[in-house]
Amino acid sequence: MGTNNFSILQINETSALIQFGNKIDKNINKKIRIFCAYLDENAFWGLIEYIPYFLGVSVIYNPLKIKSDEPFITVKLKLEEILSKLDFSCNYEEHIVEIPVCYGDEFGPDIKHVAEVNNLTVEEVIKIHSQGEYLVYMIGFAPGFPYLGGLSEKIYTPRRESPRIAIPEGSVGIAGTQTGIYPIETPGGWQIIGKTPLKLFDLNSKDKTLLKCGDIAKFYPISYDEYLNLKEKI
Amino acid sequence: MMSITVLTPGILTTIQDTGRYGYQKYGVIVSGAMDTYALRLSNIMLGNNENEGVLEITLIGPSLSIKKGNLIAITGANLSPTINGKKVPMGRPIYLNEDIVLKFGKCISGCRSYLSVAGGFDIPISMGSKSTYLRAKIGGKDGRALKKDDRLELGDKSQLSLSIIGKLKEFSKEESFSAAKWYMKNIMLPSSDVTVIRVFEDSQFKYVNEGSINEFFSAIFNIDAKSDRMGYRLNGPKIEFKENIEMISGEVSFGTIQIPPDGNPIILLADRGTSGGYPKIVHVASFDIQKLVQLKPYDKVQFKKITLKEAEMLYLSREKDIEKLKRSVKLISI
Repeated sequence: MGTNNFSILQINETSALIQFGNKIDKNINKKIRIFCAYLDENAFWGLIEYIPYFLGVSVIYNPLKIKSDEPFITVKLKLEEILSKLDFSCNYEEHIVEIPVCYGDEFGPDIKHVAEVNNLTVEEVIKIHSQGEYLVYMIGFAPGFPYLGGLSEKIYTPRRESPRIAIPEGSVGIAGTQTGIYPIETPGGWQIIGKTPLKLFDLNSKDKTLLKCGDIAKFYPISYDEYLNLKEKI
Repeated sequence: MMSITVLTPGILTTIQDTGRYGYQKYGVIVSGAMDTYALRLSNIMLGNNENEGVLEITLIGPSLSIKKGNLIAITGANLSPTINGKKVPMGRPIYLNEDIVLKFGKCISGCRSYLSVAGGFDIPISMGSKSTYLRAKIGGKDGRALKKDDRLELGDKSQLSLSIIGKLKEFSKEESFSAAKWYMKNIMLPSSDVTVIRVFEDSQFKYVNEGSINEFFSAIFNIDAKSDRMGYRLNGPKIEFKENIEMISGEVSFGTIQIPPDGNPIILLADRGTSGGYPKIVHVASFDIQKLVQLKPYDKVQFKKITLKEAEMLYLSREKDIEKLKRSVKLISI
């Protein structure tokens, strides 16, 4: 696929999908970020919002504001015009977000299981997990929940057979080949290995979410006391 | 200060508007009314902004104490509303000549009723919307469903609302309320035993097994009891695919029908997630969503295929009708 290859599909009466590829890939994520950054600065008349996903971006519009008997065709032409002039080869500044995690014990009840499944010690699991660099492919599922790529295969662990009824906010987990952080208390089947005192979603902050599509997340271990200290400050 | 007091809350009464747009990229779901058409009508007929927050009332309604001088309207499901024991006509402005108690009773048709109040609810706007997002405790009344003794403050009435009130005040004041003679008929309520819902294909439709396609469009599905604002689960023939599709979380919308591994379709609704990971087969035409969301558990539904182009035309014709309704309300009232 060349640099400017994309397809534009109509999804429904009010949205279009721009697809940049068909597999999870860093370069596709980069194109998505460049396109979204352009829309942030240059929203077109009738645009309601855009949502980045792994493979593309969905664009929701108000067909009445598009002022056309064929709103989708008009939006498609507009998007093609935008996409044809964007420079997808430009360098993009990496934004690294460091996330403190108190691993194991009561905050990470499944860390021993993750270690056993992979023939590792708990310390090795912590070391491997906190040495990784994780690309935020998209935010979804719950406010501020990051879909992270880059988990080491040394600690891949299947989901729990029976999901927990409530996983506390801030819990860091592993599910198969993914790692993630629960922004709000929800039921879930992830293997929980630790907890961060940081808020993944804050309604009152300018950015709303700690992590954004295209950010690099890094974890670093902290002690229980450090966790409590940080928690108090937040 | 105008306000409404909750005497009993009903099973699920929440404040909703047309939804929270612009924040899905942060993982914040749209929420909003299930039946946005009924919600918009309820606001338009009172002279409110059509997106104003109203009460979405589910199956078993609340009882509410409302002060005199207010203008209210009820649209959507007919849950036998009464004011001080007297039947209230639906789909039209109702002016309250005295302090009243509004109650709901037997469910006659549909399952979600909308109660709008001129001036709307004076609650904080959270990320551009008054809609209640229950799981994240965002919006509405403290991010939750209404409960006993809640007091809902009301906002200032528009000029158009005051004109409507002016007209209604000319009627008899001996009754506890004065209802407008004109009304907006809610044509969208399901009226037959099997409700036909029009759908159009998703790009993944081509992966559906030939036999499943025939079954999907000929079978009658039942709405499962575990259905809610997030989605309707359907019981009927299981949908199978020609091959295994590798699924990567992607876009979903109001009315997307996805197929989880057990083969039973799920229709995603107002409280759907911002993304989904199951294969999608079709989407409900926006025009028919209002009919769909008024169905109750165990109701029957059948799907009819149309093209996306046809769905788009239906959508545009509906929006033009709503514009006409807005103009009519102004003409009648001023």
